[in-house]
Amino acid sequence: MTAVAEAPAKVGEVPSFEVTLKVLRYLPDESGSPTVAHWDEFRVQAHGTDRVLDALHQVKWQQDGSLTFRRSCAHGVCGSDAMRINGRNRLACKTLLKDLDISKPITVEPIKGLPVIKDLVVDMEPFFASYREIMPFLITTGNEPTKERLQSATQRERFDDTTKCILCAACTSSCPVFWTDGQYFGPAAIVNAHRFIFDSRDEGGAQRLEILNDKEGVWRCRTTFNCTEACPRGIEVTKAIQEVKRAMITRAF
Amino acid sequence: MQTHQYDVVIVGAGGAGMRAALESSTRVRTAVISKLYPTRSHTGAAQGGMCAALANVEEDNWEWHTFDTVKGGDYLVDQDAAEVMAKEAIDAVLDLEKMGLPFNRTPEGRIDQRRFGGHTRNHGEAAVRRSCYAADRTGHMILQTLYQQCVKNEVEFFNEFYVLDLLVDHDLAAGHVPDGEEVNVSGVVAYELATGEIHVFQAKSVVLATGGAGKIFKTTSNAHTLTGDGMALAYRRGIPLEDMEFFQFHPTGLAGLGILLSEAARGEGGILRNSEGERFMERYAPTIKDLAPRDIVARSMANEVREGRGAGPNKDYVLLDLTHLEPAHIDAKLPDITEFARTYLGIEPYTEPVPVYPTAHYAMGGIPTNIEGEVLRNSTDVIRGLYAAGEVACVSVHGSNRLGTNSLLDINVFGKRSGISAAQYASTASFVELPEDPAATVVAGLEEIRTRPDGERVADIRKALQETMDANAQVFRTRESLTAALDDVKALQKRFRAVSVQDKSRMFNTDLLEAVELGFLLDIAETVVVGALNRDESRGGHFREDFPDRDDANYMRHTMAYRRPLPAEGHRQWGTDQDGDHEGPFAHTTVFDGYQLVLGSKPVTMTRYQPMERKY
Repeated sequence: MTAVAEAPAKVGEVPSFEVTLKVLRYLPDESGSPTVAHWDEFRVQAHGTDRVLDALHQVKWQQDGSLTFRRSCAHGVCGSDAMRINGRNRLACKTLLKDLDISKPITVEPIKGLPVIKDLVVDMEPFFASYREIMPFLITTGNEPTKERLQSATQRERFDDTTKCILCAACTSSCPVFWTDGQYFGPAAIVNAHRFIFDSRDEGGAQRLEILNDKEGVWRCRTTFNCTEACPRGIEVTKAIQEVKRAMITRAF
Repeated sequence: MQTHQYDVVIVGAGGAGMRAALESSTRVRTAVISKLYPTRSHTGAAQGGMCAALANVEEDNWEWHTFDTVKGGDYLVDQDAAEVMAKEAIDAVLDLEKMGLPFNRTPEGRIDQRRFGGHTRNHGEAAVRRSCYAADRTGHMILQTLYQQCVKNEVEFFNEFYVLDLLVDHDLAAGHVPDGEEVNVSGVVAYELATGEIHVFQAKSVVLATGGAGKIFKTTSNAHTLTGDGMALAYRRGIPLEDMEFFQFHPTGLAGLGILLSEAARGEGGILRNSEGERFMERYAPTIKDLAPRDIVARSMANEVREGRGAGPNKDYVLLDLTHLEPAHIDAKLPDITEFARTYLGIEPYTEPVPVYPTAHYAMGGIPTNIEGEVLRNSTDVIRGLYAAGEVACVSVHGSNRLGTNSLLDINVFGKRSGISAAQYASTASFVELPEDPAATVVAGLEEIRTRPDGERVADIRKALQETMDANAQVFRTRESLTAALDDVKALQKRFRAVSVQDKSRMFNTDLLEAVELGFLLDIAETVVVGALNRDESRGGHFREDFPDRDDANYMRHTMAYRRPLPAEGHRQWGTDQDGDHEGPFAHTTVFDGYQLVLGSKPVTMTRYQPMERKY
C-alpha cells in the first residue's frame, strides 16, 4: 500500500538537510547595566518533520546551552513559543523547517512590543494584564440553574472561533499599533472579550464594551490584518475585532 | 532569599492545581506556584472529553461509570475512590458549565455526550455516550475556564517559579519517625526563573499538583516540562510512590512524533487498520473493537507491527482511518487533531489514513492519597498538611490502566477535594517551624551544577534515559529488558553526578533547570523500572511477556516504593514496621548509590466488584 520513492535515501529514511539559524541574542547584564542584542548563527542538521523548535533544541542541547527560549507542549496548544521567524510571528513548534526557504539563514527573533528578558524570552506580564482587564470570565446574574444552562448549537457556534485562543501573544505582538503604543489592549484581549460578549449565557457584555470603548480600546485598531495572519490557531482576529466595534455601535450582541 | 507565608501553597497550575486554588483561595490565604504560566499547563493538551453519567443523550448512571473505571483499571482501582469520582463527576461537569465552559450542545441545548474507550452501558453491553466535550479541545477549554475563574477570584500566582524541595519536619528518607510522632509539612523551597533568586514558602498546607512524568520516555504525548517534579520531590523525602510501573501508552500518537490524536477519533467512528487494511481490533476486542481500553488497543497495535502487519516503508505503525467520515463531521468534532496530521505529517485525513503508534501518555501511579487528597506515608498514616491531586497523585481511581476522559475528571473531582481539605486543615492548624536554613541543600546542589566547569551534558544523559525506557520498559516488558533498563538507569545516575551546564548566568537559566528536571526524571525512572521488575504478572498498562497473565493471588495489591537509607550498624531493619506491608512478592530491596529502594504494598479497596476476567 505504500509506494517507495525513488530516492538515494534508504527505504523509509527521512531525508535530512542542513539549515542555518540566525538568532537574535540578548543576555542581560546581571549588574543591571545595559547590553546590546547581537545575531548568532548556528548550523544544524534537520530532518523532514523537524520544526523550528527542534532546530532550537538541537542548538541548545548540542551547541550552546545558554540559548534561551520558552517551550512546553511542542505541538501548538500551550502557546509558549511564539517568536518572530523570518519576520513573521509564529509558533516555533508549528513551523516546519521544510516549509521555510532553507537556502538562506532562518532568522529567529523575540516577538515585538514586549520587553526582552533574555534571548527569545519576553516579559509577558503587560500582555496578561490587558487580558485580565477585559474581565475574561463568564458574568451572570440571578440564581444558578440546578443543571446546565441551555445553549443552542447555533448560539454555541457564534463564539466558537474566539474560544480557540491560547494566549500566545502572536497576534498582539504583530500589531503595529501595539508596537508604538504599549497601552493599547491589543488583539488578544479583544478576542477574549469577544469570546464572552457573544456567549448567550453571559451578561457582562455592556461592561466589557465600556472598557473597550476606552481610547486605548478597539478604536485604535487600524485593520491591518497582521493579527489574523499571525494567529497560529487560525482565529479570524480582525473579524472578531470588527464585530466588537459593530456591537459597540449597535449594542446588538 | 525571600520568605513568604501562606495558609495554603499549591504547587502546579494545571487543572488540578487551579481547581484546588478556586476552593482554597476563597477560604484561606493561598498562593499558587507554577513553573509555567498557568495557561501553558498540559491540561490544555487534553482533547476528547470528560465523562459523567449525565444521561443527556442516552440512559446512563454513575454506577455503570464506576464499574467501567474499575474494570478498565484491571481491578487494581480503589473502588471507594472510583465511586466518589463517578458520583461527583456529574457536579464537576455542571460546575464547569456554570463557570462558562463552552461544551458542545445537543439539539435541545444541553451538554452533548459522545462515546469513549471502555465506557459502556450496563457493565459492558455496548459503548455508551458519556463523554462531555468541546470539540477535540476539551482540556484547552477546562484550562482556560479554570484560569478565567482564577482571574475573577484574584488568585495569587507565582509564575515561572520552580519548586525544588518539599519541607517536612521528619525526613523519611533519612531515618525512622520516632514512635508516636506525626509527620508535618512546613512549606516548600522555590527558585525564581527570571532572577535566579530562592524563595522559601512557609505553609500550613501544601497541595502538590505538578502533573506527570512522560519525559522519562522518548516517544510521548507529554510536554517537555512534564518531568515528574512533584513525585520526585516527595520520593526524595521518603514519601512512597504508588504503582509507578503502570504507565499508559496511548494508542494513537502520530507515528514517529508521539503527538496525541484523541481517542475521540475512534469515538466518532474512526477505525484502526493494519497494512492489509484489516480492522484488526475485531480480533482482540470483539464487542467494542476500536473502543477497547487503551492498554488493550496499544498492545494490539504493537502486536500487529511485531507480526509483520505494520504499515509504512518500515512496517512500524498502523493506520487510523477516518476517510469514511464526512469532512463536515470531522471539522465539527475533530478539528485540532486533523490539523496536527496535516501540519506535522502532511497527511489529509479526509482522504488518507493517518499513521499512528502508541505514545507514552499518562502515569497511573504517583503519590498515594486517600479520597480527601491527604498524602499517605505508608498504607495508613497521612503526612499532616500535605495533599496531592491529579496525575502526580495516585488515589487510585485509575488502577493499572486509566480510561479515556477520566483524567480530566480526576483533576476536577480530586483537585476540588484537595483544595477544600487543604484549606480546612490550614484554618485550624498552626505553622510548623521551618528547619534552620531551609534552602541550604537545594542552593548547594544548584550551585554545584551551575559552576561545574565541564562535565556530562544534560541532553546526552536524558536522551540515553529516554531511549532505554522506550526500548526496555514500554508496551512489552520482560525481566531481561527491565534488568537492562535498571542497569542503564543506575549508570546514568552516576553520570548525572558529573553533569554540567553551559549557561553560567543567574537570570532565566533554563539550561540549569533542565539539569534539575533530569534529576527528577532519573528518580522517577528508577521507581518505574523497579516496580515493573518486581511485578511478575501482566495487568492493565503493565505487560510482562514472561508473565502474560494477571496473578490476583500474588499481585492484587498496590506497589509502594520507599526511598530509605542504606542499612547501617544498629539500624532497625526496614520493611518490618511502619512502611506498610513487605510480605511475599513485595519483599524486595534494590540498592542504589547512597540509598535503597524498599518496596512494600498496600491493599486494594474493594467494595462492590470482585475481580473478573477482563474481556471486551
